[in-house]
Amino acid sequence: MSEELEKPVNTKKIKEILSANDSARIKTWLSICARCGLCAESCFFYLANNRDPKMSPAYKFKNSLGEMYRRKGEVDREFLRKCYDMIWGECTTCKRCSMFCPFGIDIATMIATARAVCNSQGIVPEGLARTSVNYRETGNQMGMATEDFIDTCSWMEEETGEEIFGLTIPIDKPGAKYMYTVNAREPMYYPQDIAMAAKIFTVAEEDWTMPSFGWDCTNLAMFAGDRALAGQVVKYMYDKALELGVQNILITECGHAYRSAKYEGPYFVGYQDGKPPVNVVHSVRLFYEYIRDGRIKIDPEKMIEEPVTYQDPCNVSRNGGLWEEGRLLTRYLCKDFRDMSPNRDLNHCCGGGGGYIPMGPEFKKRRMISGQVKADQIKATGAKIVIVPCHNCFDQINDLNKEYNLGVKVMSFKEIICETMIIPEKFQPRDEDEEEEAEGGEE
Amino acid sequence: MVELYNFLAGPALWLTFFIFFGGLIFRIAYLYGLSRERDRVFYNHMDAKWAFQSIVRWLIPWGSVSMRSQPVFSLVFFVFHVCLLGIPLFLYAHNMLWEESFGVSLPSISDSLADTLTIVFMVCVAFLLIRRLVRPEVRILTTAWDYTLLLLTAAPFVTGFLAYHQWGPYALMMILHILTAQILLIIIPFSKLGHLILFFFTRAFIGFEMGGRRGARSW
Repeated sequence: MSEELEKPVNTKKIKEILSANDSARIKTWLSICARCGLCAESCFFYLANNRDPKMSPAYKFKNSLGEMYRRKGEVDREFLRKCYDMIWGECTTCKRCSMFCPFGIDIATMIATARAVCNSQGIVPEGLARTSVNYRETGNQMGMATEDFIDTCSWMEEETGEEIFGLTIPIDKPGAKYMYTVNAREPMYYPQDIAMAAKIFTVAEEDWTMPSFGWDCTNLAMFAGDRALAGQVVKYMYDKALELGVQNILITECGHAYRSAKYEGPYFVGYQDGKPPVNVVHSVRLFYEYIRDGRIKIDPEKMIEEPVTYQDPCNVSRNGGLWEEGRLLTRYLCKDFRDMSPNRDLNHCCGGGGGYIPMGPEFKKRRMISGQVKADQIKATGAKIVIVPCHNCFDQINDLNKEYNLGVKVMSFKEIICETMIIPEKFQPRDEDEEEEAEGGEE
Repeated sequence: MVELYNFLAGPALWLTFFIFFGGLIFRIAYLYGLSRERDRVFYNHMDAKWAFQSIVRWLIPWGSVSMRSQPVFSLVFFVFHVCLLGIPLFLYAHNMLWEESFGVSLPSISDSLADTLTIVFMVCVAFLLIRRLVRPEVRILTTAWDYTLLLLTAAPFVTGFLAYHQWGPYALMMILHILTAQILLIIIPFSKLGHLILFFFTRAFIGFEMGGRRGARSW
């Protein structure tokens, strides 16, 4: 960032971006905001920072994108640097304010546009800039090579095969019902997440596959404000799904990946109808269906007894419409479910969304302060376990757990399903003698 | 004074209506043209049911979570708008003038009711003004123009009220009444007050963007 401050501003480029985004919606939003201030109370940054009026959503869009348009793009680096703090450090584009605005102004979209302007001048959090390089070079945010990804999958297949008989992790299987895509940190740091998903799909006897490319469903370029790259990233996934002829793209327990794949991706790619070329399904929805339809049975003896609460990730609940599925699934698995308040489509962001987690240490302190709203919500439930179907919420709530001594355990649905599901006889591991016997018996 | 009154109540009034309606039509037409080109997301996910809910829930008092979270403000806000639209449209004196000029009129309310509502309206304006000044999250957003618009919105009511009661110089009050109302009408299409019409479009959009696509209630 520091050396970036010295560079001159390319106002021509800024004007181009402003002009390209000068839609009827943005024009209307910028001109009719009545400055009523109702949005302030909806924003967790505002609530967690002693109701600092500079944290109100209207203040943030008015003084970033609004100011860029007012000055017709004639801005300097100092101004953009101020915007940088506002649009990355004080907003996670969670869209809660839009639900509280009398005009329904979509402030998150305007903040995202301001991010595009800053990004065009190299003003972007380093953590996000790094992922952009990785996406460009390897198609995934962590720069993992295809061979390493496939190796990780076969390693997990071998290891988990000992627990579940007949488990495989199919790669590039044409025509599968679900193409399962993951967050790059799963193969990189948490390969057991892939193993757990494989167990669930095996027991549910699902027709699934993982793609050898386009397997990273995350889209941090979307949060970095690089729309061209965001389109490219999501297109890797769409193209692979089309090439394999799969029926659905399945998204791992990750929030923004779902928002990208299902809602924003088609626009980044430039599809006129705004629809993804292949149906997009979130894990929360599919896991819920498995248990509802009896494809996976939960052992009542193993159901979680401790009090549990459910974190609505913004991009799974409000921006993904799956809040009821998340709750029903939680009730299938846990005996003592306690809801947070507010919840569902009116949930508060945990403070880790909008690219905040990968933005790294520079923003950590602010992340811990703004996360207080979520920490208080969790504390009020008295829960000992927080179920979190989103990688960014997962990290944030783990950090909040330490910061605010919440004394909770953060878990994904995968983990709990694997702990509680009944493994039918035919998937029970068998030792080699038994296997030989079984084979002999068949002859 | 009489010539000025005749001018304001005659040609100037026609010009005002022309600018007011013409301006609104122009603004909508312009935004419509722009949206056909640049707002595919608006048309791709249109959904009448969600648009309707999104509009109506914000038109009825405490119809949205947001309004319920600030019940006093939203009540004032509601009464303010009802008076703002209702008093001028249903005032007996206005309807008499329309009957004379165009041969058509709306049903009208009694003068005493109009008088009471005008006082209520002025109290609402005072409340909104004080709120703008004392609530930090509102004050920080407020520009001189926002105060101007609020006061300008109140001006025709205050002058009308004074003229009706014949407090102060009547002729001057009437002239100021007509003049401020005309300035207000002329400004509406070109300012944030355009929300008179644009409200329905932005609400419809967020209704189907959040509701039609995701099932989330934007109220």
